[in-house]
Amino acid sequence: MQTISLGDAGPITLDIARAVVEAQDHLSAIDAATGDGDHGINMAKGFRLVLERLGDRPFDLRQGFATIGDTLLGDIGGSMGPLYGSFFTEMSEALNGRDTLDRDGFLAMLRAGEAAIVDLGEAKVGDKTLIDVLTPSRQAFERAAGSGADFAACLAALRGAAADGLEATRDLVARLGRASRLGERSRGVLDAGAASCELILRTLADGLTRHLAGQPG
Amino acid sequence: MNRVINDPNQVTEDSLAGVLRAHPDLLTATDHPRVLRCAGPATSRVGVVTGGGSGHEPAFLGYVGPGLVDAVAVGEVFASPTAKSFHAAFREADRGQGVACLYGNYAGDNMNVKMAVKLAAKDGIQVETVVANDDVASAPADEADRRRGVAGEILMWKAGGARAAEGADLDGVIAASRKAIDNTRSIGIGLSACTIPANGKPNFSIETGTMEVGIGHHGEHGIAVLPVAPAREMAGIMLEKILADLPFDGEEVAVLVSGLGATPLMELYLLYGHVDEMLRARNVTPRHRFVGNYFTSLEMMGVSVTLCRLDGELDRLLRAPARSIGLTVAGS
Repeated sequence: MQTISLGDAGPITLDIARAVVEAQDHLSAIDAATGDGDHGINMAKGFRLVLERLGDRPFDLRQGFATIGDTLLGDIGGSMGPLYGSFFTEMSEALNGRDTLDRDGFLAMLRAGEAAIVDLGEAKVGDKTLIDVLTPSRQAFERAAGSGADFAACLAALRGAAADGLEATRDLVARLGRASRLGERSRGVLDAGAASCELILRTLADGLTRHLAGQPG
Repeated sequence: MNRVINDPNQVTEDSLAGVLRAHPDLLTATDHPRVLRCAGPATSRVGVVTGGGSGHEPAFLGYVGPGLVDAVAVGEVFASPTAKSFHAAFREADRGQGVACLYGNYAGDNMNVKMAVKLAAKDGIQVETVVANDDVASAPADEADRRRGVAGEILMWKAGGARAAEGADLDGVIAASRKAIDNTRSIGIGLSACTIPANGKPNFSIETGTMEVGIGHHGEHGIAVLPVAPAREMAGIMLEKILADLPFDGEEVAVLVSGLGATPLMELYLLYGHVDEMLRARNVTPRHRFVGNYFTSLEMMGVSVTLCRLDGELDRLLRAPARSIGLTVAGS
């Protein structure tokens, strides 16, 4: 059974935060096409605070996710603060009492995060939101696990589904959030929340895959 | 763009500091840096809370004061306050009789308020909400729950705040607030874009010589882009949309004309004259009149018109004394 210690996986939190900070302009540019162009700014602001708060002290993945959750809920408003804040908080709580992460533990964690976002945002697949990345990603992981694939192969399936889900938002018409005011005019561009979700899931999957391959750096 | 700011990422904090120094008689800081409360001793009654993004001043903090809102959660420019901010505002406003949270229909505000209400319930604070959806241009009438809240929120705060000051219980405050917003319709016309300071450039555009009918408070697209028309025609276009949405015939109304930030007061009064004249021609009598920059969108040029159909109770609540940065009513 492929497992990763939560302590070893802790620095993946930093990978995620740095990836979001670096993508600031990219995410804002996507958001500007249909929203108010501040998605990258708000996300980067939140994850910069995460980097400051995590500092140089050692932390495991559960603590890292808890810090992301607290920071987004406490300091980043808008829609993304509560959505991603709840996502990371619930994922962190799903890790309570564990020292390691394996395939089934990851799936349980992802399900908990997804449930928090669905409960709060009430978005469904097809509404052109981050759910169009998150739900197919979780489903792909679940299918792969169901067919007996190992953790690394499940993460690869998740990564592929996240990328496909993001690209699929291009042809959707927004039904929720600020872009929904555009109706048909929202078709033809990616969804900004879906883009940040793909980035977060990809960075998480990449980090875990590296650890599974024994190459954490 | 030339601005009177320091760090573009700190405009909200920096502006709050100035507000507190300018209005110590009205507003007091709290333990939460993004929550302000009404200055002076708290009287025992239902608490009224609102909150929203910055950049709409005097909304939202400018409606905190006696007879109006008790505590406000302040968000980043054009972004909902956090769940923790709303939660802190509920705690500031609660005096054991519950809190009415009166806010506008935006995805972020809805989520943050929903989370904050749950947090408050753990403290034993009862919070009921009314979500303003007065913007007729933001969705058709049969999808009114998708409509945005705009300047009509001010009349909702006034009615709810006055009812709370009268000593009503939480149900009574909620009912009055809901009645106010259910009888209120608004629409805006945008004449130029605005820029979130941290973005540095506008994320939408309105071509010179055109106007966007039904524009949202954050530049959301409206229902039509037309050549700029004379004020008389603007008034006609806006009233046509509002009056078709609620039967206003033969009624008394409150009229609120708000600039969106960069349109001169002179022009707002010019428009008001046409609105008043057209309403009277339809046997609709303006009983309460508000003209000014009540609910803005940074430096957007443009105007919004809000009508509230009155009954005896709403007329009384709008007439009740109130004092705040944005709205002062002497009482009569």
